[in-house]
Amino acid sequence: MEQAKKKELQALAVKIRLAALEAIHSLGSGHLGGALSIADVLAVLYGEEMKIDPQNPQWPERDKLVCSKGHAGPAVYGTLAVKGFFPYEELKTLNRPGTRLPSHCDRNKTPGVDMTTGSLRQGTSLAAGMALGDRIKGRPSRTFLIVGDGESNEGQVWEALAFAAAKKLSNLVVLLDWNKRQLDGWTKDVYPMGDYVAKFEAFGFDTVKVDGNDVEAVAAALARTRKGGDKPYAIVLDTVKGAGIQEVADTPMNHSISVNDDQYGRWTAQLRAELAELEG
Amino acid sequence: MKIVYNGELDPRLCKAVLGETIPALAAEDPDVIYLDADLMNCIGTAKWAAANPDRAVNCGIAEANMIGVACGLASAGFKPIVHTFGPFASRRCYDQAFLSGGYAKNDITILGTDPGVTATLNGGTHMPFEDVALYRALPGSTVIDVTDPTLLISVLRQCVNRPGVKYIRVGRKQYARVYEDGSELPIGKAVTLREGSDVVIFAAGIMVHEAMKAAQTLEAQGIQAAVLDMFSIKPLDEEAVEAWARKTGAVVVAENHNRNGGLYDAVNQVLAERCPVPACCVAVEDEFGEVGPQGYLQERFGLTADHIVSQVQAVLKRKG
Repeated sequence: MEQAKKKELQALAVKIRLAALEAIHSLGSGHLGGALSIADVLAVLYGEEMKIDPQNPQWPERDKLVCSKGHAGPAVYGTLAVKGFFPYEELKTLNRPGTRLPSHCDRNKTPGVDMTTGSLRQGTSLAAGMALGDRIKGRPSRTFLIVGDGESNEGQVWEALAFAAAKKLSNLVVLLDWNKRQLDGWTKDVYPMGDYVAKFEAFGFDTVKVDGNDVEAVAAALARTRKGGDKPYAIVLDTVKGAGIQEVADTPMNHSISVNDDQYGRWTAQLRAELAELEG
Repeated sequence: MKIVYNGELDPRLCKAVLGETIPALAAEDPDVIYLDADLMNCIGTAKWAAANPDRAVNCGIAEANMIGVACGLASAGFKPIVHTFGPFASRRCYDQAFLSGGYAKNDITILGTDPGVTATLNGGTHMPFEDVALYRALPGSTVIDVTDPTLLISVLRQCVNRPGVKYIRVGRKQYARVYEDGSELPIGKAVTLREGSDVVIFAAGIMVHEAMKAAQTLEAQGIQAAVLDMFSIKPLDEEAVEAWARKTGAVVVAENHNRNGGLYDAVNQVLAERCPVPACCVAVEDEFGEVGPQGYLQERFGLTADHIVSQVQAVLKRKG
């Protein structure tokens, strides 16, 4: 990857973190840890990989994103705002009465959100149906599905994976956010799920594992999912819950946290300095 | 629409009707797509499905995923018709139908076959007496209890193009013939099958036939019972409920369902708000299902013409 492109994607990831932080701080608390862990993959998806048109969010031939871990809504909204799907200032309406930005993603409310999610597991089957529908309609679209590692405790996730492999949905890319933490603590303590790469491969997926907080590695993994074939793709994203803001990453229970003005000031200053360096 | 009820069975099996109607709807509309959970052979669609892999999707024995896939297909522009047995089309995938379907505004039609006692030899594990209650509680839903094969064809055609989550419960075997072939039965409109001035029987599904038999028995006793086909449990024809309750002053509801949450509750809401008159029901008394032939099960759970007669007699004693 060219250095300029890499810096552009890294900068976009920082902007997504800033936007998610701004939305959550405006409210005082939110699902920050799991929003930060997927900022880099969102940057690569919306900055490089996906065919999208912010002026025409319902364009049938666009690529689609299903963020099945719907509580990461602030990261998705941050991405969409930065890409121009709706005004950036609207981020501060997160969870306010009448908002278009609810805690969990809602396709009927937010321009650019392709599927309603939030009840963990359900996005997986929806994404499989969307990919199947696009294939039958003859659209070149691909569907990108972000699943949480904690979410994968849910049995429906595995039903959907089996379906995707059985139907040879090579226009479906599953991105597992292996951030190793769920609400009650470390996944290894709460509900260990074993080797995700082995599981995906056993289910019939073309699978790789990459550093999910490294845009270059994520971009390379996504690039190899363009080749079609007869298998769906899985990318196990080795991530840190809270990535990009060290204090959040260092907070053991960071699934949903409060953000006070001091923290906000400190963290945004750090992120803005990073951004200035990347864009400098 | 023409009523042709004479107590005889319609020669068509509903599973055969489904096996013809689903492919016909798909042939008419390229957006119609059919999904099943390894029960295609139970409704005669397997051969057509095998020849039309882009129009029919076998999702295996994984109903929650099937509903989610159907909802994803809906978002991609399709009009999915989903089939499995009633309990798996309701209880097992209710959360998916509720959120991925209703809440997310992905419009799908769900066929739950063998409702209530029509599950017969599959027994209690396969015998939903609560599916209507579940789907009535889903905002924006449509809930249909099928009366006969002609009505099945008519409502299926309507549901495919209707917004929201649509749930159709239908037995796979024979029903008494009620409507002339080709009749159109608009969803939301009850059908007056028989006029009467003393009591009204609101019936749905297999209980329509029982209600018509009961009305004949009652007539011989000098009691004039009106019978309405309430196949459209939601939306309910509230005007018809109110009008007939006022006209007769006594109500019996007959349904192949638990008395909690089904047609009886739907009718009682209207009565309570608009026209409180004595009412009672012929329905399952908060029990689980069990195995047996349909005739036995109807006796076991009181879903018979004789029980309707006795309930009519009881409610008439309470009539002012």
